[in-house]
Amino acid sequence: MNPYELTIGQARTALDDGKLSSRELTTSCLERIKDVDGSIHSFIRVTEEEALKQADAADKELATGKSAPLCGIPFSLKDLLCTQGMTTTCGSKILENFIPPYDATVVEKLKNQGAVIVGKVAMDEFAMGSTSENCAFTVPENPWKNGYVAGGSSGGSASSVAAMECLGSLGSDTGGSIRQPASLCGVVGMKPTYGRVSRYGLVAFASSLDQIGPLTRDVRDSAMVMNAIAGYDRRDSTSVKQDLPDFTASLTEGMKGVRVGIPREYFGDGLDPEVAKVVEGGIQALKSCGAEIVDVSLPHTEYCVAVYYLISSAEASSNLARYDGVVYGYRDQDADSLSDMYRETRSSGFGDEVKRRILIGTYALSSGYYDAYYKKASQVRTLILSDFQKAYKSCDLLISPVTPTPAWKRGAHANDPLAMYLSDILTISANLAGIPGISVPGGFSSDGLPIGIQLQGPHFREDTLFRAAYNVERATHLGNKCPEIG
Amino acid sequence: MKITREEVEHVAKLAKLNMSEEELARMTGQLDTILLYVAKLDELDTAGVPPTTHAFSISNAFREDEVQKSLSVDEALSNGPHVNEDAFIVPKII
Repeated sequence: MNPYELTIGQARTALDDGKLSSRELTTSCLERIKDVDGSIHSFIRVTEEEALKQADAADKELATGKSAPLCGIPFSLKDLLCTQGMTTTCGSKILENFIPPYDATVVEKLKNQGAVIVGKVAMDEFAMGSTSENCAFTVPENPWKNGYVAGGSSGGSASSVAAMECLGSLGSDTGGSIRQPASLCGVVGMKPTYGRVSRYGLVAFASSLDQIGPLTRDVRDSAMVMNAIAGYDRRDSTSVKQDLPDFTASLTEGMKGVRVGIPREYFGDGLDPEVAKVVEGGIQALKSCGAEIVDVSLPHTEYCVAVYYLISSAEASSNLARYDGVVYGYRDQDADSLSDMYRETRSSGFGDEVKRRILIGTYALSSGYYDAYYKKASQVRTLILSDFQKAYKSCDLLISPVTPTPAWKRGAHANDPLAMYLSDILTISANLAGIPGISVPGGFSSDGLPIGIQLQGPHFREDTLFRAAYNVERATHLGNKCPEIG
Repeated sequence: MKITREEVEHVAKLAKLNMSEEELARMTGQLDTILLYVAKLDELDTAGVPPTTHAFSISNAFREDEVQKSLSVDEALSNGPHVNEDAFIVPKII
């Protein structure tokens, strides 16, 4: 077995037992990247030299016998997490040369544990998209099938973990951007509760929805990374002071006493029968572990896409106003006046999807339309949130598909943004309600594409999701499966 | 029609984006489709429903007014596309 094939948990044991060094493990991942990234295209930038230095430092730490749980483990990072001295592009030409003078809190936490950063991975520009095709630099392939999308916007995170180019990755999820690519690539993706993980140093897309979380090859690894990154941070005033459990302690066999809700609106028209079958398998698995299955309703589900695109675009239009060519990023150097410089910089620095959302957001917030669009959407958001609160009176978690279909061919929605937006219908509500959600591999389609199962829970109950995901994983035996890449 | 070419042109101006004729035509069509879709929210009576701006609300994240470590001037200027001594340089305004 090659070291890069290990899960984080397995590598931890091998490192602690002295059977493996971080340098060997890191070198193995870097070799793997050299072998397969020419066909997978996960990485915008591989940071080999820095990674080997970090690995050597980790080996010194390991020798003391007192290393942290992620010490010596190679990670990739979605390229919207600020890394001190390391270019952070956000998948955009406008930040092509941006070198942050500080680390994001989550990056600092990984580094403090002695984790190794092997590089920055592909994403849709400013996290806007569902396929990572809106990346200005590279577009990741689905490691399970050539010519198919890896999902998005954390597509490079998912493809790098699935293709075994690293052992784990951090992504961000504004409307499904961790869970959806995890599902499409056959890995575990956790979106924590809003406020659970600090977003200091995360390049903002939609501030009331964005959340950082791990993509890993099994559920235990996901819990291990959550242990490392969760917690209050004074530098992010939206992070919440809450007790932090040891998430790995929730990985117990059996579901006795747990009520699992099936939201009927998530199983409507347009759901691929193969996806439905995989989710049914997950329901049966939890039932046979002792869970009680109940039917629940989230009646406003059909409105979530409309609410999401108004709110996220409105917030994005405001957040992205900062890219004006003055203090960082790309600047059009030929402009004669300040206002020309703003316009030329933004017009040639942003891609189409970003411009589209800035326009929708600016329109929704503009005088005369604010009440009809932004305020209306914020009111319906209240109804969506209260749907979940009602549902959680009769169940402890919800089980559903992550996406209506497995991965699709690249370029399929190129000229139809709305069709693309609608594919996010099953993941968006969790962001609007701020609740946690996890995508765990559940099976494969007849043509070999992974299909995930989504579990959603009440605020700050990631522990329940980890327990259920662990039981699904044990039943399906899909943890840490490797695609053949060639 | 939910949005006209002129309105898109106006919004682009507010957002400091230049648009070619081709882009304006394409964006108008796409925005119109999206706005027609979101009009589905009108089916719901939301009179008296309070808006949600954050799913998990926290109030007043204040801290004591103490000096804390922050970026140095050099660090803050390090990404400036055009800097001079302690300042960012922009094209002439007046």
